[in-house]
Amino acid sequence: MITEEIKKRMIAIIGPENFDDSKVGRLCYSYDATPDLQALPDAVVSPRNTEEVSELVKICNENKIPIVPRGTGTNLCGGTCPTEGGIVFLFKHMNQILELDLDNLTMTVQPGVITLDVIKKAEANGLFYPPDPGSMKSSTIGGNISENSGGLRGLKYGVTRDYVMGLEIVMANGDIIRTGGKLAKDVAGYDLTRLYVGAEGTLGIITEAILKLVPIPETKKTILALYEDLEAAARTVSKIIANKIIPATLEFLDQPTIAAVEDYVKIGLPTEAKAVLLIEQDGSPEQVEKDMAKIADICRSEQAVSVQMAKTVEEAEALTTARRTALSAIARIKPTTILEDATVPRSEIAKMVKAINEIAEKYNLPICTFGHSGDGNLHPTVPTDARNKEEMERVEQAFEEIFIKAIELGGTITGEHGVGVVKAPYLELKLGKAGIAAMMAIKNGLDPNNIMNPGKVFAKDSRKRVVVGQ
Amino acid sequence: MTTVQEQQTIQNVFQDRMDQDELLNCMRCGFCLPSCPTYITSGYKESHSPRGRIALMKAVVDGLIEPDEDFEQSLNQCLGCRACEPVCPSGVNYGHLLEEARDIINQNKKHSLPVRTVRKAVFEGLFPHQNRMRTMTGLLGFYQRSGLQKVARSTGVMKLFPESLATMERVLPKVPTMKEMKNRPEFLPAVAPKTNRVAFFTGCLMDTMFLETNNATMKLLQLAGCEIVIPQNQNCCGALHGHSGEKDGSKALAKKNIKAFEDLNVDYIITNAGGCGAFLVDYDHLLKDDPEWKDRAKDFKDKIKDITQILYEVDFHKKVKLELPYQIVTYQDSCHLRNVMKTSAAPRALLQAIERIDYTEMKDADRCCGSAGIYNIVESEMSMQILDYKMEQTKATHASTVVTANPGCLLQMKLGIEREGLSEKMRAVHIVDLLMEAVQE
Ligand SMILES: Cc1cc2nc3c(=O)[nH]c(=O)nc-3n(C[C@H](O)[C@H](O)[C@H](O)COP(=O)(O)OP(=O)(O)OC[C@H]3O[C@@H](n4cnc5c(N)ncnc54)[C@H](O)[C@@H]3O)c2cc1C
Ligand code: SF4
Ligand code: SF4
Repeated sequence: MITEEIKKRMIAIIGPENFDDSKVGRLCYSYDATPDLQALPDAVVSPRNTEEVSELVKICNENKIPIVPRGTGTNLCGGTCPTEGGIVFLFKHMNQILELDLDNLTMTVQPGVITLDVIKKAEANGLFYPPDPGSMKSSTIGGNISENSGGLRGLKYGVTRDYVMGLEIVMANGDIIRTGGKLAKDVAGYDLTRLYVGAEGTLGIITEAILKLVPIPETKKTILALYEDLEAAARTVSKIIANKIIPATLEFLDQPTIAAVEDYVKIGLPTEAKAVLLIEQDGSPEQVEKDMAKIADICRSEQAVSVQMAKTVEEAEALTTARRTALSAIARIKPTTILEDATVPRSEIAKMVKAINEIAEKYNLPICTFGHSGDGNLHPTVPTDARNKEEMERVEQAFEEIFIKAIELGGTITGEHGVGVVKAPYLELKLGKAGIAAMMAIKNGLDPNNIMNPGKVFAKDSRKRVVVGQ
Repeated sequence: MTTVQEQQTIQNVFQDRMDQDELLNCMRCGFCLPSCPTYITSGYKESHSPRGRIALMKAVVDGLIEPDEDFEQSLNQCLGCRACEPVCPSGVNYGHLLEEARDIINQNKKHSLPVRTVRKAVFEGLFPHQNRMRTMTGLLGFYQRSGLQKVARSTGVMKLFPESLATMERVLPKVPTMKEMKNRPEFLPAVAPKTNRVAFFTGCLMDTMFLETNNATMKLLQLAGCEIVIPQNQNCCGALHGHSGEKDGSKALAKKNIKAFEDLNVDYIITNAGGCGAFLVDYDHLLKDDPEWKDRAKDFKDKIKDITQILYEVDFHKKVKLELPYQIVTYQDSCHLRNVMKTSAAPRALLQAIERIDYTEMKDADRCCGSAGIYNIVESEMSMQILDYKMEQTKATHASTVVTANPGCLLQMKLGIEREGLSEKMRAVHIVDLLMEAVQE
């Protein structure tokens, strides 16, 4: 509960225009991109700087008010849904690129900066910021860091974690700390930077980040390989890696996904193919030529029916852009779209694809599968209707089996979308009781009053549910 | 103010009438946020974004919130520019949701007396009647020619109006006389080898205040080898009604227009106002629940084409020599032409074909100018902020000629030029008028 007195104190810090407890204002921050999940916060605040964040957090800590930090709310795990009420923190004023350091190849940013703006700023200076989640046009760096987001370029270049060198954090008690720095080497104490990457807002608020940049690759080539057989495509993926080639991008799309994407982008994608691989390699022109020739050979040896190289930069760009829209495009098919991101070791990708199809058949569900297959990260997606309770039950059971299968294959329940509310009941599958206890100890130590994004990551009970109602 | 009682009714009608599948279709991915001018201009308020507005409509349906003042404010501030539609991978038809929501609110809310009187006069008394539109425009002409305009300006009467309206008064075009407006042939032959037989949708504003542009449009069509039918019993397209929550009024106008164009045996129906065109291509949705009209509306809709699109398709710019004295020219998209009629390449190609000019694309040309029907009058503050941004981008091109393809945008750009004190250096023109100027016969 936010009393009048607390409200007054907060307004004194940030001004009336940055405190909103109207019904409309609260409703607009009651959801994120997670299907069928909604809960109203008690208020929404927009601090203008780190000090204001710290002052606000102190008030919340004193009064045990839950805090939900929020970027653009594009996460898919219920991470910003205020399931326990409390106050949503927005970073719309803290959205500046503070510094581009060309000597150390770093960029210092505030949490509200849009991912694509970081990428563009780097490119304008001949540099490269590789993490490129499908949502990069609207997602924020604060959200990317907190979910440790991956992207299409993850296979070769890694994920957000690999590009965060230092952070400024407001702790749950309001203390402000700095971790890491513009340092290639730093072993002074625990690596708190890594701890906060992927912490999903449950350990503190990120108010600044130092990002690592790399030189931009000289050139880039894209090919599209079509298959009549899903598993042949998946085998190709494992084989490319086994041949010691690491492409920049290695994406997999099955037929229903291609059809949905084509329906939106209308660029003439091959909707008749059973599966498609989108492969990109970058680097020096000679190396790219060499790798691409070899990749094309491997595709053909695995019975690809067609292997085509994009002729122009625009054509290549159109293909990757099309891939980025896959999830939202599938959302056209049915009112509710439920997607998971089970991840397995690259070598197991063909087995996982096969298992997903068998499970889909068993539960009589139309599952579209696409994903960053090069990372072993798949996105089996079910277009459904939340109003159809019977089908939702089946969806739930199917996903549970998919998770179990992924773990069996040495994988994990989530590769990049995070645990949040939605996958909290499954965390134990991956970590075991002792693993959960270790994480709990960290959480309790850093946030003893459990105000930082409560209800996320750790399940209240171990009842398993994929879909949480309102 | 909406009373509690009214809110309750609005909520009930929302549950009845809003398309729930369409509301659920929004998966809240946020892809539309960077394209929404009001989201950006409001300083990234979710309540001023497409995703937020859809969530709010759904929340009213679900009974999570009441349709209170804030709710209405969020919808009122929407430009209806539909920039959120082409970028939505889920294919949410935001425009239809907005129109329905506005209609429900408007039908179930008592406006204050002055607002009611003005609305009635405009929506029932003026726009549906082409002859009254002429008279009204005639009055404006009298006002301009008689010296009254001078009096009004010198006495400062105009200061009583919102700033945008006062400036608007200064930028209105010189209107034609009653006689000019009434003499309109019903048929014009092609003057080049025949390419198409088309009908021309004159548009209520276009055929009064912008009569010259309409004349130029027909001239260009003739030069492009089109023979033109101009049915006399056509009417206002109904867009203004539709966008302002007067759906019944727009349905009546739609039926009249469908009837007027039905048996003309033409290949296309040509418009020269993006705003009208976008509304005309939506007639099938407007009349989707009317079995007698549904298919007729579909036939009508399939024929709608913007003037720039047809000129482009028949290679007008390759067949006719176009040339102008050196000047920098830039183009501001009409939102509805671009986002709904999907016409954005044709006008650019035509402009680029004009010899000796320098065509410079402005940054964010696809972002709304803030005109949006009567938005610039009722939501003056937001509209002017959006216009300021637009003028910044326009100035950055160093253009002396800003081209638009819709009367609302044209007036808004004129307004922007006037506000910046640039009227000596910069002009805003309709693309048709510029092409006519460039034709070398
Ligand atoms: C269509 C679509 C495609 C997607 N594609 C990908 C993809 O390819 N790869 C991928 O990894 N993800 C993807 N995602 C998921 C999502 O976009 C990412 O998780 C993204 O990083 C979220 O960013 P955001 O700004 O929206 O954060 P939000 O959703 O607002 O927040 C995410 C989490 O971060 C926390 N948080 C936000 N800001 C801060 C802060 N300053 N301090 C502390 N905690 C904070 C929140 O509490 C929450 O737990 C996709 C989502 C959609 C809808
Ligand atoms: S892009 Fe479409 S689906 Fe995504 S939030 Fe916007 S309206 Fe909803
Ligand atoms: S119509 Fe325009 S102003 Fe309205 S929500 Fe869509 S993009 Fe924003």
